[in-house]
Amino acid sequence: MATDAPPPSKAGSPLPSTEEFVEVQEGAEFGELRRSYRSFAFPLTIAFIAWYLLYVLLSNYAGDFMGTKLFGNINVALVLGLGQFLTTFLIAWWYSRHAAAKLDPKAEAIKSRMEGDV
Amino acid sequence: MSPAITLAAGEASEHRPLIITLFAVFVAATLVITVWAGRQTKSAADFYAGGRQFTAFQNGLAVSGDYMSAASFLGIAGAIALFGYDGFLYSIGFLVAWLVALLLVAEPLRNSGRYTMGDVLAYRMRQRPVRTAAGTSTIVVSIFYLLAQMAGAGVLVSLLLGITSDGGKVGIVALVGVLMIVYVTIGGMKGTTWVQMVKAVLLIVGALLLTFLVMLKFNFNISDLLGKAADNSGKGTPFLEPGLKYGATSTTKLDFISLGMALVLGTAGLPHILIRFYTVPTAKTARKSVNWAIGLIGGFYLMTLALGFGAAALIKPEEIVASNKAGNTAAPLLALHLGGVDSNWGAILLASISAVAFATILAVVAGLTLASSSSFAHDIYANVIKKGQATEKQEVSAARYATIAIGAISIGLGALARDLNVAGLVALAFAVAASANLPTILYSLFWKRFTTQGALWSIYGGLVTAVGLVLFSPVVSGKPTSMFPDVDFHWFALENPGIISIPVGFLLGWLGTILSKEEPDTGKYAELEVRSLTGTGAH
Repeated sequence: MATDAPPPSKAGSPLPSTEEFVEVQEGAEFGELRRSYRSFAFPLTIAFIAWYLLYVLLSNYAGDFMGTKLFGNINVALVLGLGQFLTTFLIAWWYSRHAAAKLDPKAEAIKSRMEGDV
Repeated sequence: MSPAITLAAGEASEHRPLIITLFAVFVAATLVITVWAGRQTKSAADFYAGGRQFTAFQNGLAVSGDYMSAASFLGIAGAIALFGYDGFLYSIGFLVAWLVALLLVAEPLRNSGRYTMGDVLAYRMRQRPVRTAAGTSTIVVSIFYLLAQMAGAGVLVSLLLGITSDGGKVGIVALVGVLMIVYVTIGGMKGTTWVQMVKAVLLIVGALLLTFLVMLKFNFNISDLLGKAADNSGKGTPFLEPGLKYGATSTTKLDFISLGMALVLGTAGLPHILIRFYTVPTAKTARKSVNWAIGLIGGFYLMTLALGFGAAALIKPEEIVASNKAGNTAAPLLALHLGGVDSNWGAILLASISAVAFATILAVVAGLTLASSSSFAHDIYANVIKKGQATEKQEVSAARYATIAIGAISIGLGALARDLNVAGLVALAFAVAASANLPTILYSLFWKRFTTQGALWSIYGGLVTAVGLVLFSPVVSGKPTSMFPDVDFHWFALENPGIISIPVGFLLGWLGTILSKEEPDTGKYAELEVRSLTGTGAH
């Protein structure tokens, strides 16, 4: 519990007290923000890591399938590799859209109320 | 000496005056920027975080400039030129990794930390032990990475300038070291950020130009380019399929999985990348800067496909290998061939791409030096040695002295390691970052019960496991390609430790927590959690 030195807190405005933080953390509004963030970011992270590992495993152990030519010299391996690029771009865009629509307004409301309280 | 080597060396020395002129122009321009940035660097926040006023696009460029090392520009293009598809596998891991940073790390870190990774790790823990651990792993990761860049710079620049003497190589390592000390001590984060932005623009413009010229040769027909590359490589269709580099045995396949894990989970634990998020005003800007970085880095890696396969299609493989065994000069050689081997255009293109490669190395070493000296000054000096009582001024001058010390150490080690094969060190840096830093960051941010003991176990456990396994791997001894090929004390078969050390890091963090007697500081966790998600009280 004890800390050797207080963590730095030299922000522009003084930090709200620990009690206020605990109160906000236990409140419904913050609970909703946390749920909205975690239920989006956590499963998506597991999904893209699984998709990447699947691709690594296919490269390792499914050589014939990956070498199948689709058109000209373009094979499955190249298309799946480019697919990783595409999904990375799409996930980045999708998360940012979710954050702007669902997370930012809630976070902003809590922040301005807490900092206004001080 | 084979005819091909004579050719490569001859080409290089013939164009030496032009290459040196372009190097000098870049160095002069960046020094002007550094002095200008230095004049505006007054507070600790200026030195460590560049004043926190960069825009999302500026920081996105700088992040790309910090991330796209010589290993990813020259290394990936070279690996594709020699091993075809397997070279491309690298870049995919390097890119996908950014999603971990975007979804889980960048915004919470920006909201709750101040100058270093240690700020977040130690937030709700006992300060001194956790700061010491965070500082140690930051410095270890950065020095490994730095050493690889320094040694790479020596090899590369010597090659491009046709310098082969030992004294010449040591001189180049020393020059890189002195420049990085100057950039960081004078310019701080602001100077470093601008150097990285300039470098990113040069790198992207250079890659765009080469890509355009390659595609022009093949009438923008990718299938033709690939076909010609497969033919010219002498390996045929397998050149376009996975397996040439990693598919040899079941051990190399396992090694590839291990490398993949380290790449994907390591990026979001690299301290020199993490501190870039402190240079923007808000978490929202940090998010946007990661998006810019994903776009720029992804676009760049797509271009390395054209560069690598272009080099494979247009240059004989023997010529690439003769110039550098690992293919590291494939991109500069490609520039020469695209311009015309005996023409002025060829000379100008070669010199330009070489100068871009040099700029790349300088910008990356500056970022790494800044990360390690910041962590020394802020985590270890100010919070451990001075117990949080150091003034801003003392802290910043400690950071400047640390920069000089780290620069001197890197020059010394880089000069000693100039003939060792240190390519494995970058992968090791990623493995340590993934095994020691990422588990601790994620537990700190998201697991209420996490304790000081858990943090120490995951940092030191991940660090020792990763470094220990590499020490006893073929990277260090026992193979012709090892760092010390003449001795053999290896017993761990894989070159990359990630597949073992990453789970160990996560497991130890969990075990250390459930076995610890102390209660987690729930009040501090409330602060950290609310702060990390809302930005309340962010610096």
